[in-house]
Amino acid sequence: MAASFLFGQFMGGLTTAMFLFLIASGLSLVFGVMRLVNFAHGSFYMIGAYLAWQAIQWVHPTGAGFWIATLFAACGVGVLGGVVERLFFRSLYGREELYQLLFTYALVLILGDAAKFLWGTGQLSVSTPPVLAGSVVIFGSTQPLYNLFMMVVGPSIAFFGWLVLNKTGVGRMVRAAQMDREMLDALGANVGHIYLGMFVFSSFLAGLSGALVTPIQSIVPGMDVLIIVQAFIVVVIGGLGSFWGTFWGSVIYGQVLSFGILIFPSFSLFSVFALMAVILIVRPWGLFGRPL
Amino acid sequence: MNIGRRIPWTLIVFLAFATIPWMGSRYNVFLAEQIAIDALFAVSLNLLLGSTGLVSFGHVAYFGVGAYICAILMKTYELPFFIAFPAAGVGTALFALVSGFFCVRLIKLYFAMLTLAFSQIVWAIVYKWNDVTGGDQGLPEIPFPNLDWMNSVPFLSDLKVNDQFYLFSLAIIAVALAILHRIVRSPFGRVLTTIRDNPERAAFLGINVRAYQLAAFVVAGTFAGFAGALYGIFSRGVFADYVFWSKSAEVMIMTILGGMDFFWGPPVGALALVWLNQEITDYTEYWPFVLGTILLFLLFVFPGGIVGGLNALWLRVRARSRARA
Repeated sequence: MAASFLFGQFMGGLTTAMFLFLIASGLSLVFGVMRLVNFAHGSFYMIGAYLAWQAIQWVHPTGAGFWIATLFAACGVGVLGGVVERLFFRSLYGREELYQLLFTYALVLILGDAAKFLWGTGQLSVSTPPVLAGSVVIFGSTQPLYNLFMMVVGPSIAFFGWLVLNKTGVGRMVRAAQMDREMLDALGANVGHIYLGMFVFSSFLAGLSGALVTPIQSIVPGMDVLIIVQAFIVVVIGGLGSFWGTFWGSVIYGQVLSFGILIFPSFSLFSVFALMAVILIVRPWGLFGRPL
Repeated sequence: MNIGRRIPWTLIVFLAFATIPWMGSRYNVFLAEQIAIDALFAVSLNLLLGSTGLVSFGHVAYFGVGAYICAILMKTYELPFFIAFPAAGVGTALFALVSGFFCVRLIKLYFAMLTLAFSQIVWAIVYKWNDVTGGDQGLPEIPFPNLDWMNSVPFLSDLKVNDQFYLFSLAIIAVALAILHRIVRSPFGRVLTTIRDNPERAAFLGINVRAYQLAAFVVAGTFAGFAGALYGIFSRGVFADYVFWSKSAEVMIMTILGGMDFFWGPPVGALALVWLNQEITDYTEYWPFVLGTILLFLLFVFPGGIVGGLNALWLRVRARSRARA
């Protein structure tokens, strides 16, 4: 077992982690601000992937239009999220979490079937954009350029999110809404708009990650329910509502999965769920979160 | 006077279900058995959801553990049903005791997440432990329990074995539901409702809130395990899909659809959902879409479910007739 092999394994885990981070950050944001567990976040991710594929078919089937398609998908899902928030979520804030959970599950069912209806049940795939099609050799292990690109995108988004939340006026409002919604309301801020904005941004991130995953994963029905559980694990490890927590949560998840396969081949799935359970038992608010 | 109270509805429904092997087709028996098992599963969940106010998003774990224990004992170890079935109950109870011990320490959303985590742990284990659970292939061809004694009973002797098993499991489910009904109406059940409505106040009264919640968790898990054990035999096999988290959501929908404020709500929900499923899948493959729409409608228009809606209607009619008198 050479060092290059271990390094390859490490990089594989890191790639997984960066994708998960993009998805989970939106989930975590919505939980942190609105105290809402959104099962439909995985469905938004899936719709993002399908929209990207669709846009590529319209623009240029060879994959040249990848970046435009990605932007289109992210914005499309952002709009979808906004519509859903205005129509439904609005009347669910403050209601029992059972109703919120079930509402987001109803969305999972509806969006899952809508995707099947619109795009069929077959596998769809998108080719890697030509600029990033190659690969490089680092420490003796071959790394596709696209994976390296993701390793730049993930932390950039994390840093950008942290910057907005902590250094801008908008971020201050969001944090205030997180701490005491009623007080912010009483002070004259439009909390409804803040919630809408957060939800649109969270859906945008889901759509973006769905579009970005298409070059390395085929688009299939059912990718929504598979990804959402993983995103939950990440968010729980890092701490619901914590941005950097989600980042480190994804890194830990990726490495546990990646090296878990080496040590216990058939129990790597078990190990990540067990990790989630242990964190919830010992520190329910996660490694980086704060108690509710 | 309330006429509804004088008629033994539960007995009538039970007897109507018991005549299905003679009156209906093989397909009717299949549907009825599905309804009966789902009813038990949903009632067990409702002990947590409706009675105790605990939102478990991983109840399918206990269903699955019961199904796998019973199936493994009956198929791999060729043990008879009367050993495998109680063993499934005991095994599920132990698992519920251990997992519940940790779950009831957490509040609300964290509770839901931890139950989800435990159910996914069960899923990951059955999905990968090929030697014992058959992995993603599952365990097909689980034998029926030995029901030869039925052949010496008049009327039952000329039934097919799956009809005999249907009547047998119907009897078990009826007993299980009677026990659960007794539990909900007992002083113990009243304490659970108190905890649901106001846990702080319950604690002030000297009630050990966590201990009661844990007890409810174990009882609910055990009966879900019994439902699972019957389901494995009924469907002639157990598969990892049975334990995936989305199944927990399905049984939750059943419970809410029927009405979680009423003991007989979840069985009504099970009946409605199984019936709707078979009616709608005749027309379209998009059953999840229909289910999601029903769920939306329920959440925004009829949060009380079918029984809750009927009850409200009944109260209004009665109030009107009183006002007239």
